[in-house]
Amino acid sequence: MTQVIGCIDASRCAPAVCDYAAWASQRLSAPLTLLHVLDHRHYPVAADLSGNIGLGSRENLLQELANLDEQRSRLALEQGRGLLEAARERARTAGISEPAMRQRHGSLVDTLRELEEQIRLLVIGRQGEDSQSAADQVGSQLESVIRVMHRPVLVTPAEFRPPRSLMLAFDASATTRKGVAMLAASPLAQGLPVHLLMIGADSGENRSQLESAGKLLQESGLATTCAIRSGEIEPALHAYQAEHDIDLLVMGAYGHSRIREFLIGSTTASMLRTTRTPLLMLR
Amino acid sequence: MLQTLKQTWFFNIRGDLLAGIVVALALIPEAIAFSIIAGVDPKVGLYASFCIAVVIAFVGGRPGMISAATGAMALLMVTLVKNHGLEYLLAATLLCGVLQIGAGYLRLGSLMRFVSRSVVTGFVNALAILIFMAQLPELTGVTWPVYAMTAAGLALIYGLPWLGGKVFPGIGVPFLVLGFALIAGSIEPRVGFMVGGIGMALFVVLARWSRNLVLPSPLICIVLLTGVSMLLGLDIRTVSDMGELPDTLPIFLWPEVPLTFETLAIIFPYAAALAVVGLLESMMTATIVDDLTDTPSDKNRECKGQGVANIASGLMGGMAGCAMIGQSIINVKSGGRGRLSALTAGVLLLLMVVFLSDWVGQIPMAALVAVMIMVSIGTFSWDSLRNLRKYPLSTNIVMLVTVVVVVFTHNLAYGVLAGVLLAALFFANKIGHYLRIDSQLEADGNLRRYQVVGQVFFSSAEKFVGGFDFREGIAQVVIDLSRAHFWDITAVAALDKVVIKFRREGTDVEVLGLNEASATIVDRFGVHDKPDAIDKLMGH
Repeated sequence: MTQVIGCIDASRCAPAVCDYAAWASQRLSAPLTLLHVLDHRHYPVAADLSGNIGLGSRENLLQELANLDEQRSRLALEQGRGLLEAARERARTAGISEPAMRQRHGSLVDTLRELEEQIRLLVIGRQGEDSQSAADQVGSQLESVIRVMHRPVLVTPAEFRPPRSLMLAFDASATTRKGVAMLAASPLAQGLPVHLLMIGADSGENRSQLESAGKLLQESGLATTCAIRSGEIEPALHAYQAEHDIDLLVMGAYGHSRIREFLIGSTTASMLRTTRTPLLMLR
Repeated sequence: MLQTLKQTWFFNIRGDLLAGIVVALALIPEAIAFSIIAGVDPKVGLYASFCIAVVIAFVGGRPGMISAATGAMALLMVTLVKNHGLEYLLAATLLCGVLQIGAGYLRLGSLMRFVSRSVVTGFVNALAILIFMAQLPELTGVTWPVYAMTAAGLALIYGLPWLGGKVFPGIGVPFLVLGFALIAGSIEPRVGFMVGGIGMALFVVLARWSRNLVLPSPLICIVLLTGVSMLLGLDIRTVSDMGELPDTLPIFLWPEVPLTFETLAIIFPYAAALAVVGLLESMMTATIVDDLTDTPSDKNRECKGQGVANIASGLMGGMAGCAMIGQSIINVKSGGRGRLSALTAGVLLLLMVVFLSDWVGQIPMAALVAVMIMVSIGTFSWDSLRNLRKYPLSTNIVMLVTVVVVVFTHNLAYGVLAGVLLAALFFANKIGHYLRIDSQLEADGNLRRYQVVGQVFFSSAEKFVGGFDFREGIAQVVIDLSRAHFWDITAVAALDKVVIKFRREGTDVEVLGLNEASATIVDRFGVHDKPDAIDKLMGH
């Protein structure tokens, strides 16, 4: 649990991922590792539809497929190396002295699960190589990644803006209360004004819970503003965000079961879809 | 939820669908041929192939592998069907499924590590030989048109891909058109000319596309030979002579057998053999697909999946099946990687057969025999013949014994058992050679030091005892075991024997290092999960 890991690929988000990862690495004073994953499943599959099996088909087929994979992997390795080098240069200019680079074979989710022990914060782009065509489409593996990680995940848009203030969406649930505690303990938020926002009725109970959470943040030296807004969660969050020009949103991710989400949808998923600022997901 | 669905099912839609079609076409003749081997109606094998392929698509542990009715399983059922009938086969299929699910839960899939490579090669070769031998009844005591058809079929199957490489890839298309024209012509000559004319015209008009359209040559062989036989009205055996074809979708039915102990006694030996052979072939095929696609698989899930698929097959009136080496290779070669290809193959297979059953019935057996000879040639590991000269004798013996036992018993399980036992014996024998006993006489002549280095166990115990000179009149011996490993109780008994023999000669015996040497006897190393366990055991 030591490193900030930035996931680099050939997508539009990669430079911003690199910048945000550098920013987080400096604030957390944790070493930065840039990661590129080579997923073989994304290679197109060659097909010979002749349906014949002749003498030694198995041996020949193995040779053929191995040769094909070899060529592709070589190219992909080289390309990935290039991406990582570029990202490293970028991180160096951002002031990181020696960012590490890693390339792994396998699926992104499996790789991250293996590396989880070493991860303190994962930085990943909102869209990957395959899903950047539509603006409101979220990367195809993003949800799976956030779900398997038991570490905070910073989801970045395609442009970098150094965060100057942050907002924590608070709903008095166990997840967000833990989020408040994590934020209070983390150097990431130090020195930034924090807005603690609750969406719901302005009742005494809500107010007191919000206040106690705000007090916790204030005690750890964070300049905290508390607010309660009513209305639909998502638009209200966005409205408050626009109003106070907030450029980092912190929230608990996927608090509900998959079945409930399937039926009524997930706030996390729709926030991922609509946000224009980075989202810090606390698990 | 949708994400995982996409990653397991729909990541390679185009490749899987196309491969599924190719596999379905190749499965039909095989399913029919294997039913005939087992001695049941073709519909039993076709229903089985449908059920198994579809069910395994959902519950299997190795995406991209094709399972259906297979020759290895069909060969095991012959006597059961002959002596007791179809209903007992269905009951045995159910029981086989239950046994396989049990094996999956007991994680027996990992036992595959005891099956050495030469046993696998022997299994594959024996299977090829058996499939070939099963075609012989169709080729003995028949008229010359059958021989001519079979020869023509083989020429088409192997000739077309070769010609395709020489002339143009789509050379099979005109042959297929000719086949359809002949079939149509056998009903009404004018229609035949029309089909042929339109087909050839399309071929010429779409030349740019159709010249590169590679069709499965076994399919062309079947269509063309069916056409020839129908047009000439040849009096040769066809698929419909071999039994009923499916005319409806399969329906749920419970096997009509008395639920008594006698029934169990009849079906259990068959079910056990089916379960073992099915799992063996499935695990071997899974390993092959793992290697081909460079992806991992869940072997225990595959065991359970095979069991579920067989239960489904038994309840739908199908015979037991397992993974197919040849079809899985065709699938991977055709670009199939996901679960979708097995599902496509199963569904298409049934649709084609149900809607075309009248036409499928007209396929001459000679065409099927040609296809099955191709399957058998494709299954045989020809490299293993070349390797006979290169490999050590013991490896070759294991392979050949596996083949011979299978060919004589018609039971792949016995062959594998013999092969595994033999391989283990050869291994024990080899390791037994790693034992050396040296000795030095101390300067005063009253003390001899024996140093034992190497492995002491049942195979080398005799050599161990023989390494001591009991005839030497000496006051004291020291046996230093600190560089030896005692693997079993036989080794300890041999040491006891040595000590007693020396004592009888009036010699004092001192044994050094016995504790370290015998640490290896313990079945589960007490320290096996610590990182230095191996060093501790092997390094002393």
